Amino acid sequence: MKDTLEEQLTDIPSPPVPGAALQELLPPLTEHEAAVESARCLMCFDAPCTHACPTHIDIPKFIKKISTGNLLGSGRTILESNLLGATCARVCPVQELCEGACVLGAEHKPIAIGRLQRHVMDHIYGKKRDIFQAGRSTGKRVAIVGSGPAGLSCAGELAKLGHGVTLYERRSLAGGLSTYGIIVLREPVEVALAEVAMVRRLGVRLETGKDVGVDPSVANLQKNFDAVFLSVGLGSTPELGIPGEEFILDGLQYIEASKHQPSQLRVGRNVVVIGAGNTAIDCATIARRLGAERVTMVYRRSEHEMTAYAHEYDFVKREGVHVWFLAQPVKVHHENGVVRGLECVRISLGEPDSSGRPAPKPIAGSSVLLPADQIVKAIGQNRPSLASRLGLETEKGFIRVNDEFETSSPGIFAGGDCIRAKGSASTVMAVQDGKLAARSIHQRLVHYG
Amino acid sequence: MADLTINFGGIRSPNPFWLASAPPSNSGAQVHRAFEAGWGGAVWKTIGAPVLNVSNRYGAWHYGNQKMLAINNVELISDRPIDINLREIAEVKRAWPDRAVIVSAMVESKPAAWHDIIRRIQDTGADGIELNYGCPHGMSERGMGSAVGQVPEYCEQITRWVMDVAKIPVIVKLTPNISDIVMPARAAVAAGATAISLINTINSIIGVDLDTLEITPNIGGRGGHGGYAGPAVKPIALNMLAALGRDSVVSGSNLPISGMGGISTWRDAAEFLLLGAASLQVCTAVMHYGFRIIEDLCDGLSNWMDEKGFASVADVTGRSLHRVSDFKDFDLSFKAVARIDQQKCIRCDLCYVACNDTAHQCIDLIDKQGKVVPPGAYDQRSNGRLEAVSSRPEVVVREEDCVGCRLCFNICPVEDCIQMVELPSGRPSVTWDELSRKQRKVTEDWEQMEQYRQNMGIHIY
Repeated sequence: MKDTLEEQLTDIPSPPVPGAALQELLPPLTEHEAAVESARCLMCFDAPCTHACPTHIDIPKFIKKISTGNLLGSGRTILESNLLGATCARVCPVQELCEGACVLGAEHKPIAIGRLQRHVMDHIYGKKRDIFQAGRSTGKRVAIVGSGPAGLSCAGELAKLGHGVTLYERRSLAGGLSTYGIIVLREPVEVALAEVAMVRRLGVRLETGKDVGVDPSVANLQKNFDAVFLSVGLGSTPELGIPGEEFILDGLQYIEASKHQPSQLRVGRNVVVIGAGNTAIDCATIARRLGAERVTMVYRRSEHEMTAYAHEYDFVKREGVHVWFLAQPVKVHHENGVVRGLECVRISLGEPDSSGRPAPKPIAGSSVLLPADQIVKAIGQNRPSLASRLGLETEKGFIRVNDEFETSSPGIFAGGDCIRAKGSASTVMAVQDGKLAARSIHQRLVHYG
Repeated sequence: MADLTINFGGIRSPNPFWLASAPPSNSGAQVHRAFEAGWGGAVWKTIGAPVLNVSNRYGAWHYGNQKMLAINNVELISDRPIDINLREIAEVKRAWPDRAVIVSAMVESKPAAWHDIIRRIQDTGADGIELNYGCPHGMSERGMGSAVGQVPEYCEQITRWVMDVAKIPVIVKLTPNISDIVMPARAAVAAGATAISLINTINSIIGVDLDTLEITPNIGGRGGHGGYAGPAVKPIALNMLAALGRDSVVSGSNLPISGMGGISTWRDAAEFLLLGAASLQVCTAVMHYGFRIIEDLCDGLSNWMDEKGFASVADVTGRSLHRVSDFKDFDLSFKAVARIDQQKCIRCDLCYVACNDTAHQCIDLIDKQGKVVPPGAYDQRSNGRLEAVSSRPEVVVREEDCVGCRLCFNICPVEDCIQMVELPSGRPSVTWDELSRKQRKVTEDWEQMEQYRQNMGIHIY
C-alpha cells in the first residue's frame, strides 16, 4: 500500500489507444462461442440465477433455446420477463445477480448469462423482429412521466395489455439514463434508442420536451388519463458546498457529453473525480479513455464503504485510475476560473451516521492540495423534486409507494429510482418496478374501471 | 509393468490395439505412421471388388459441446487399385515384422473370387485375414458385406470357401445389423474360422437439414443409411461381445474375439477386455484425434493393469463375463438408495426435477427451517445473488420411499455427490427365476403378488 499521494500517482500506465476508447467493452459472442457457452449451462431446475434476477427471467430456458438454435423463442423468453433485455444484458451487475448465483460459480466459471442474453437480443433487434404486439384496446389511458427504464417497461407492458399510453419525457430523447447516463463502453446509445422504438411500435405515444408539473400539470394528467405512473428518476447532483464549486463539472453531464458529443468533451490531463460510486467510476473511465494522463478518484470514506460494485472497482483500477480514500474536498483552487487543484482534508472514520456508515471526521491540519486541471463530481443525485411539488408522501425523500406501487395519491403510481428508498438503484430493478406497476395499474383499470 | 503383448489365434502383436479396417488403414504411408506412433497392429482397409466413392461420405452426430459422439459413413471398401494395396501391405509387413498386419477382404460371393483374394493376401506375408461381412451400405446392395453377415448360412458357406485355401488365421467380422448376434458367430465357428471380430457399423441416418430438408450429409440432393460408429455405439458393442461370451457354442469353441465399437480410451479398452475381447480395434477415435492416441491407450491400460495386479492382457480377457446375467437371475432383495452429499451438492436441483417428474417422487426440497417447500417458493421481490443462494433449499432423499432407481445418480453433474448406498432389505435373497419355480402363482397373478409383497414387507411408494 502506498501512503502518499505522490507515490500513488506514479506508475500510471499510458492511456489506451484512442480509437478503441469508446467502443463497447465486451465484444459480442460469436455463434460458436454462444453455442459452446449455452451448452455448458446445466439447466438447473428452479434455477438460482432466475431467482437472483430482479425480473426473474427464466434463464435456463432462454439459454437452452440458444443451444437448440431457437433464438426467436429465446428472445421471447427474455422479453416476457424483461422488456428491456438488450439494455439489461449490458448494464446489469451480473456478478451480483444471475451470474453471481450460478451454481457453476463455486468451482468453475459461471455461465456468461449477460453476454448470452446480449447475443439473443442482438439477434432479435438485428432481425428487426417485434416479439409483441399491442393488445386489443381497452379504451383506458395511462400517462407515464419519465421515459427511463421504469417508464419504458411500464409503458410497454401496458400497451401489450391494450391500454393507451402516453409517455412524457423532459429531454429531447427518450430512454433516461440508458440514453444519457450509461457510458458507451457499457451501452451504446443505439441500443437504448432501439428499445424506445420497440416500445413506440407497441403504440405508445411519446411526447418529448415535456416538463410534467410545468406543462402539462399533473392535475391535468389526472383529468385526462385513467392512471398516472411516475418514473422520474432522481434530481441533479447535490452541492458539496465548497468554495470554487462552480468550476466543478457535473458527472452525469460529463457522461452525457461523452455519449452524445464526444468530440466536444474537453477532458483534462489531470482529472479528479469526487465520489466512489458507479457513476464516479464511469466518469473516471471516460476521462482515462479520452486521454487524461492522471485520473484520481477522491472518496471521504474507505474502500469498505464505497458504493461501487467490487467488480467495477477492480475494473477501474485496471484502467489505471487511482482511488484516494479518506479525503474530503474542501476547496477548489483556480486561477481566473482555470482549475489548478482540489484541496482536501484527511478523514478519520467515526461512529455510524444516519446512513449507517461510519461518519467521516476531518483531521485538523491535514490539508493536502491535489493538483488537477479538471474536477468532476459524482456523489449521487438529489431526491426527486416532483414528490414534494405534488405533496406526495415520501420515505427518506423518495416517493413512498405501497405494494401495488401506488403513491399516497390514489391513481398515481410510481417506480424506478424515484422510489428506491431501500437497496441500491439499478436499471433492472427499475424495469421490474415498471412491469409490476403495469400489472397493478391493469388490475385497477380492468376491475375497478 | 503389465505385459501388453498378445497372441490372438496365432497373430502376435506388441499391444492389443489395432487400427480397425477403415480409412486410417487405407495406405502404406498411413499404417507406417500408425506403427511409428505405437499401434500394435492394423487391419488394412478392406480390399476386393472394384468400387467408386462419393463426396460427403461422412456424417456426424454431435451432442452439446461433444463433437462426433458418433460418425456415420457411406464410404465403400478401398478404392485404390488392388495391386497397389497388396504391394504396400507386403512392404509394411516387411518393415514391421513385430506388428500385426491383417488384411480385410470382401469380394463377390463366388468361391473362385474368394480363393483368389485369399491367396493374393497370403502372398503379401500378412499375419491374418479378416472377412468383412459387415458393411451395411453400398457393398450390401451388391450382395456383399452385411448382406452376407445377416444370413448365418451365407457366413458359414463363404467362410468354408476361405478356409479351404487359408494358411493364415482368418477372422470373421460380424455385423450388428441382425436380431441375434450369436447366430452368425456360430456359423463362423461351424465353418472353422480362427477368430471372430465385432462389431461392424450400425445402420443409421444421421439427420435431416432443417434449412434445405435434405438428408445429412447431402450427396447431390440425396442421402441414405450409412454405418454408425464411435463412442455412442460402445454399449451396443459391449452387449454383443458379452452375448458371444455367454453362448455355450461360441465360448466353447474358444475362438478369440477382437472387440471394437466406440473404443476411445484405455477405459473403454479395459471394459472390452473384461467382457471377453482378446484384441481391440479402434477407428473413430483415431479419425477424431489421430494416431497419437495410442500412447494413452497403452499407458493407461498398463497402469490400470498394474494397479489391479493383472500381469497380461490374457489375464484380463473375460474377467467380468461371469457377472453378465439375465434379469431372471438378479437378486430381487438387493436394495440400494440414493444419498446426496450436502457438502458437495451445488443445488442445481436436476435430481429433484428428474425424480419428481419422471421417477418416484422421493426427493424433497427442505428449507432452512427444515420444512418441505415447493420449488420457486420465494417472494417475487426477492432477488440478488445473496438472497438467491442463501435461501436455496437443500435437496434431500426420503430414503424410506426411494426405490433406488439410480436416475438421480446418473444425472448429478457433481462427482461423488450422489451415492447409491446398499442397505439391507431384511428379506431373503430370491430371484425371479426361483420365485416362478417355487411360488409360481405370485408371478402370474396380481392379487397373489400383492399378498406376497405384504408378507415380505415390500412397499412401493
